[in-house]
Amino acid sequence: MSEAAAKTEPAENAETAENLLTVNNIEVVYDEVILVLRGVSLDVPKGALVTLLGANGAGKSTTLKAISGLLKTEDGEVTRGDVIFKGNKINHLAPEAIVRRGIFQVMEGRRIVEDMTVIENLRLGAYTRKDKGVKDDMEMVFTYFPRLKERTGLAGYLSGGEQQMLAIGRALMARPVMMLLDEPSMGLSPLLVGEVFEIIRRLNRDLGITMLLVEQNARMALKAADYGYIMESGKIVLDGTAQELSDNEDVKEFYLGGGGEERKSFKNLKSYKRRKRWI
Amino acid sequence: MNFELLLQLVINGLIIGTLYGVVGMCFVLIYKASQIVNFAQGEFLLIGAWVCWWILTQFHLPFYAGFLLTLLFMMVFGILLQVLVLRPMIGEPIISVIMVTIGLSIFFQAIMNWMFGVFVQPFPPIFETKSVDIFGLNVQPAYLMSLVISIIIMGGFAWFFKYSRMGLAMRATAFNQQVAQSLGISIKQVFAASWAISAMVSALAGVVVGMVNGVSSALSFFGIKVFPAVILGGLDSVIGAVVGGLIIGVLENVAEYVDGQWLNVGNLYTIAPFYVLVIILMIRPYGLFGTEEIERV
Repeated sequence: MSEAAAKTEPAENAETAENLLTVNNIEVVYDEVILVLRGVSLDVPKGALVTLLGANGAGKSTTLKAISGLLKTEDGEVTRGDVIFKGNKINHLAPEAIVRRGIFQVMEGRRIVEDMTVIENLRLGAYTRKDKGVKDDMEMVFTYFPRLKERTGLAGYLSGGEQQMLAIGRALMARPVMMLLDEPSMGLSPLLVGEVFEIIRRLNRDLGITMLLVEQNARMALKAADYGYIMESGKIVLDGTAQELSDNEDVKEFYLGGGGEERKSFKNLKSYKRRKRWI
Repeated sequence: MNFELLLQLVINGLIIGTLYGVVGMCFVLIYKASQIVNFAQGEFLLIGAWVCWWILTQFHLPFYAGFLLTLLFMMVFGILLQVLVLRPMIGEPIISVIMVTIGLSIFFQAIMNWMFGVFVQPFPPIFETKSVDIFGLNVQPAYLMSLVISIIIMGGFAWFFKYSRMGLAMRATAFNQQVAQSLGISIKQVFAASWAISAMVSALAGVVVGMVNGVSSALSFFGIKVFPAVILGGLDSVIGAVVGGLIIGVLENVAEYVDGQWLNVGNLYTIAPFYVLVIILMIRPYGLFGTEEIERV
């Protein structure tokens, strides 16, 4: 911590103080050989909805797993840099310890427990809690996702949209300070994508849950988010407010499906080399 | 045809079958949580029975006190076994871990033989009567007790997996370890708990069998007998273990009846379950209740 602080400039130190989560120039290696993240830094202010965009294989999910600690379950390791949550370094903690501190990751592909009922899945979300409010919270989840209340069978038989809602509902049961959402729109119909994003936005606004949202669906993500980062091959190449990014010609061209020029990658555009803040 | 004998044997089979079922559940518990096939399951029975016998004969405690102390010991034993021997193996190939359990099985057998000798030791008498009469059938009181305890344990397991926090955590871990960890479940704790419960409940079965047959290293053979039961039921199904246990228990005794009445082979009792095992594996490799993945349509 002190080492990292010494390296940062005073002005930026003040900036990180307000951030709930700071990812500080992390490098991630899988299986001790494969370098996946090559110095990723991002800030998530308290109460914000921040999105992380990028193509397949850019390292978005890896970034989330580095934050939630799930990387350790896949033979991945943060070899450089820090993940700082509420001012404390968390990169060496076990995933369950990170959940207890308030970061809850909703993994890609929903990952609900298929041979359990909706209620059992929700109770599982509250595993780390010992207070009496679990029943009330379940009702609260049902107010956001009324259709889950009618489903009494096994969660494996729910539709894709319902499973996604259950996965988010299960995360809510942990009363997280911060939620990491990995592609909530995956495999959903456009109508459902809209519904899910509307709920994410409401959870962020009503309950004040800070969100870090990884998405392929850049259009929807930028509509919902306050701030965005764009990743390419293990690095952040561009960041800005959601409005700035939506108005950016290159973002429009690459991620929002506009334009038609022959540019292939942000890497070729010198102007988007992010300034190296942490070196 | 001697119907009375057959009926008596079927009842015996059902009672023994519930015990198979209970030990089978312990087996499935460990398998489900960690995919480890525990070859030392039979030794849990053996250790439990010896410890209980030792406490009762050394300190002359009342049975229930000795029994509770045994369970306490087995809980600590199960946790220590997991923490000291199996936890360092997390991340190693499952086959290595299974080999370790085979090693443990041999090790515990030897230790028990060394500590308590190789002769059958009878349990101090706990019930006054030799057998009780139920609807004209003779049932040993120890078996009656085992039946009641087994049913309580089965009910307990059902409740545990459906309603308790740790039970849900175990099911989540069985479903997917990474998912469980993402929910804040410590899989190390889950593994330790599964070994502790498995050791405790197996010891309980060991004590019951020891009360009827006396305590000796033959008890660990019970653990081998449980294999056909759990494989018949499906390795990952708790209900399957119970049903498999009942089927194997009855089958053994019917085999003995057939053997005694007509065939006179002499040991059909012991091998019949394994014949069934082979046939079942040919027809339904995943067992009667083994899970097939849920496919959404």
